[in-house]
This record gives sequence, C-alpha cells and structure tokens, in this order.
Amino acid sequence: MKSLSTRRRHPLAAFVVLALGLAFAGALFAAFVSPAADADTGETPAQQLANGKALYISSCSTCHGMNAEGSSLGPSLVGVGGASVDFQVSTGRMPAKQLGPQVQAKQTVFNAQQTGDMAAYIQSLGGGPGVPDSSLYALDDSKVSLGGVLFRQSCSQCHNFAGEGGALSDGKFAPALTQTDPKAIYEAMLTGPQNMPVFNDKVMPPAEKKAIISYLVTSRNEPNYGGAGLGRLGPVSEGLFIWTVGLIALLLFAVWIAAHTTKASAERVAKAAAAKAGK
Amino acid sequence: MSDETNHPNMTEIGYDEERGAVAVEEHGFDGHGEVVPAGDPFADPGLEPHRPRITDIDAKAAKRAERQVALLFALSAAATIGFMVAFTEIPRTAVVDFFPIGPVSASNFALGMLLGMALFSLGAGAIYWARTLMTDVEFPQERHRLESDPQARADAAAEWKQGVEDSGIKRRPLIRRTLLGALTVLPLPALWILRDLGPLPGDTLRHTAWKAGERIVNNNTVSLDGATGQGVRPEDLTIGSLVTARPQSALTAGEDFNNMMAKSAILLVRMDPADIKSKQERDWGYQGIVAFSQICTHVGCPVTLYEQQTHHMLCPCHQSTFDLTEDGKVIFGPAARSLPQLPITVDADGYLVAQRDFDAPVGPSFWERG
Repeated sequence: MKSLSTRRRHPLAAFVVLALGLAFAGALFAAFVSPAADADTGETPAQQLANGKALYISSCSTCHGMNAEGSSLGPSLVGVGGASVDFQVSTGRMPAKQLGPQVQAKQTVFNAQQTGDMAAYIQSLGGGPGVPDSSLYALDDSKVSLGGVLFRQSCSQCHNFAGEGGALSDGKFAPALTQTDPKAIYEAMLTGPQNMPVFNDKVMPPAEKKAIISYLVTSRNEPNYGGAGLGRLGPVSEGLFIWTVGLIALLLFAVWIAAHTTKASAERVAKAAAAKAGK
Repeated sequence: MSDETNHPNMTEIGYDEERGAVAVEEHGFDGHGEVVPAGDPFADPGLEPHRPRITDIDAKAAKRAERQVALLFALSAAATIGFMVAFTEIPRTAVVDFFPIGPVSASNFALGMLLGMALFSLGAGAIYWARTLMTDVEFPQERHRLESDPQARADAAAEWKQGVEDSGIKRRPLIRRTLLGALTVLPLPALWILRDLGPLPGDTLRHTAWKAGERIVNNNTVSLDGATGQGVRPEDLTIGSLVTARPQSALTAGEDFNNMMAKSAILLVRMDPADIKSKQERDWGYQGIVAFSQICTHVGCPVTLYEQQTHHMLCPCHQSTFDLTEDGKVIFGPAARSLPQLPITVDADGYLVAQRDFDAPVGPSFWERG
C-alpha cells in the first residue's frame, strides 16, 4: 500500500486511473449490452412467434410500423419473407442506426435465435421466401464454371468480376463479396435487398444460385496469376500504380544516375600524375 | 572561325583530333565569332576545365569497368536464354508464393523477371559503358545557318529554269497533259481496292433478331453450350426482378451467335406499373414487365447495373444512366440516346414474346443513322 500511495503523484498516475476507469466502463457495457450467448433452441413455434413479435415491436416497429405495414422511414415487411429478415439482421444491416444513401453492414445486434424468431414472425405475416436450408448454399466444385458464367452475366456489372464490389449512383454501392457468408449471398439473391434486383427461384433456380456461390467462394482462394492483384479492380488500379509508383521510381533512378559523378578526385589525379612522373 | 558559313567542317564545332581536349579548352572562348565587348556582364564563361575520370587515369580501373560492362551484357544474354527456357519448361499451372504479392503463376513470374533482367542489364551496361569508358571530353557544338548562301541558291534556281526549258514541257502540251493525267489516276487503285472490304452493312444495323412472336429466353437457364434454354413466364418475375435474356433463335444461331447477340441482347425488369411514368412504356410492357436493349447507346457496353428502388439502369463503362420508368431516357453520362425498348406481350403458351422488332436501332449511334 505504501508503494501505491507514493506513486499516486507520479506524472502518469492520472492516465493510468483514466485507462482503468475506461476499461471498467467498457467491460460493464459489454457485459450488459452485448448479445447473449445462444440459448437453448427448445422453443415451441408459438413461443417463437411471440418472442419474434416482441423483438419486432421493440426494435423494428419505429420504422416498419406496429403491424409491419411500413412508414415513411421503412418499407412494409408483409410478404418479404424470413430470408429477407435473416439477411438484413444477420449481416447487421438491420436495425439501421442512421439514414443515408444505403444501410451498411455492421456488427450484429441480435443472436441467431433472436434473428430466427423475428424471421418466423415476419414469415407468418404474409409468406415470402423462407430462410434457405444449408444444403442450398453448400459448395459444389462441379458447378464453378457455370457459376462463373452466371456471375459475369448477372452480377459482375455491379459487384466486379472478382466480387470486389463497386460504386452505384448517389453514394450507393454494391458491397464486396469477398468475405460474405454463403448463406447471406443466397438470401440476397433471393430477396433483392435495397437496390439489388431480385433473383427469385423462378428466374434463377436454386441450382444456379449454388453454382454462383461455389464460383465466388472458390475464386477467393485463387492465386493472382498475373502477379499483385492490386485489389483485383482491373486496369484503373493497375494503371494508377504504374503511372505513379512505377514512373516515380524510374525518375528517381535517372536522377540517381546523373547525381553520381564518375570524375576522379583531385588527390587521385595528383597520385596518378606522380606515378606517371616516377616512371 | 569568325565567319561560320565559310567553315562548315569539324573545326567549327570546337574539337580537333590533333590538338585534343586541351586545345578545345583554349579556343572555347572565341568560338562564337563575335567580338566580345569589354566588361560584358553576359560574357561567355566558356567550358569548365576538363577533369579526368578514374578510368581515364588508372588502366586497372578501366579494365575493371570493361569487365563489369561485359558482365552486364553477358547477364542480359543469359536472362534472355533463361526466358526461352522458362517459357517451355515451367508448367502452366505451377504457382509460387512470392512474399509481398502472394501466390502468383510461376511461369508469369519467371518470364517477367527474366525479361526484365535482360532489358535492365542491357540498359545498365550501356549506361555504365558510356559513363566510365566512352570519351567524356567536353566540346561546344556551334550552330550555323541552315540556309545556303545566295550564290548557291541563285545557281540552283537557274539550273531548274534551264532544265524546264531543256525538257520542252512548256512547248509540248500533249506530253504535259498526259503526264499530269497519269499522275492523277495513279493513287486511285489505293481507294479502289477498299471495295473488297465487304458488302455495305445496308439496313442490318437497324434490325435485330427480334420479330413478332419471338420467344424471350432467360439467360440464366441457358446451358453452357448455349443450345438449350427456357422461356420466361410473367408470373416468374417478382417486382424488382432483373433477367438478362436472348431471342430463342439465338439457341440455334451457331456461328452467327455473336453477331446476333451484339444487337439482340435484352434485359427484363419488373416494376410496379404505377412507377412507370410513360404510357407508351406501359403499353409496350406487360403488367409492369418491361424489356430494354442491353446494349448501351454510347459505345455498346452491356448496361446491367439496375437499381431496383430508383429504377436507374447504369452502364459499367462510362456511368451513363438510363431512367427505366420513362422510356429509358438518359439522365446522366455520355450516352446521347434513350435505351431502346422492346415491345413485348404473352403468347398462347403463356411465355413472354416480342410484339415486333425494336422501333429504334439499338446500340451506339452510327454514321448513316442521321
């Protein structure tokens, strides 16, 4: 204790106290606010709907309305289906924290069970595409080639040929798909979140969605055959690199060549003259 | 040295083999042929005294430099041979992990490095050679007037005149005219052979493969060999759906496939009919399903960036933006014409078909379009 009291006037003491206080507050916040660990899933369907409705009313109804009828802040959720809820909530896009050109993915707020409860509740309101079974988005190595054709045909215009994402109008953008969970990719195709078009099972049958996912996941581990990928963004990033980094390197090299003289020093000249005279 | 035009030879540029570099320094000051007034603030300072290089005064150093240059040239040759070896010997599928870049193709990596080394060594050797061993004695090179002197010009003019007179071209108009005629028709064959570039396109740019009753085939259902595909029923499309599509005849087009699709690629979009502002667009669509050409009217890229909430269709090449609620008109970007709409309806089997061909030519503007 004595050592503590002598050190409390140390110039860094205030910072140590501040850091400890912040850590304590953060730990307290995390303990109370972070999503609870997955509870047991032994809910009856009725409990699931009741829980889902309760979560909906507390977290979603401000924008989507008490009966999911929609408002000026958010669209009606009647008939969007459980797949839409699962996509929006499990990627953290919903609940939205702020208005903007586009609601963006962020840290999730609800755990898997809570998400499932809300999906079941919304599904009960008016049907729509349900949460897909995991066999639908499992990898199929034999479909990679077909998936590449389909991806370049229907997806690459916005998401880039390597799934790196790209810009749309007015601050909107197509997100990169390099980290996206296969389930979320499947649900996005199925439901067309925000400005993405809908690729329902009639126009893009499940087997083809599976092929696209197989292509995307496989291409993540493909080597860059031509050298540094530079974000796999194509000629823009490659041109920018060579016209700035490459050209500056060449200029510096030229300057370096010209800055180094090949002339002999005066003493060297004198030495050579002496040697010559000595002969 | 004072009159430059009279001495168009090597002594004028201030370097003399016999006298060497020292002599150049001595007369470097008066090389301009002008009397320098006393106290001229802009007096020509002349050349700095020449300083020898190590390789000029030390035979050992010169020998070493020679070996270094030769080594660089030999390295270049070795890298070139290595390039050829790498081209045939490294398997196409081999991959190497190269630290800052990650996994790359071993073949590409080796080819690039070896060709780079060959060119770099060649250049480095040449520069090192020039800087260490080639002469570096400074000398001014004076400029003189490019014009010949008046006498030479007068002589040339007189010779030309005499030549014209001697040829008799003025007195013999028959020869003069046939010669001019022959020279006039000589370039014509260069134009004449252009006719073999092929038949003129005629009106093919104005027509596509779409005709009345032509079924619309969903690109997503087309097999990898392009031989089979399924039609689209209106109930397949939910609001917000986007489908790229082709005419059914494209499935059997064979060699003509690319030419056909270059004009006939379309996309189908379904939106709430209430969102469509143009009556014509509603009439040409089917219950909110509208079909537009997929070929951008700017330079022909495939427009497929569809924002389903704003109904904007963007082109990925130059960001031309078309409003699909109002006849595909351009609202941003370099495209000058609306995206042409294909009138569609439903056939007896319940599949979406074209009512007729496009009303306007699809794709970029062309010369004869007017």
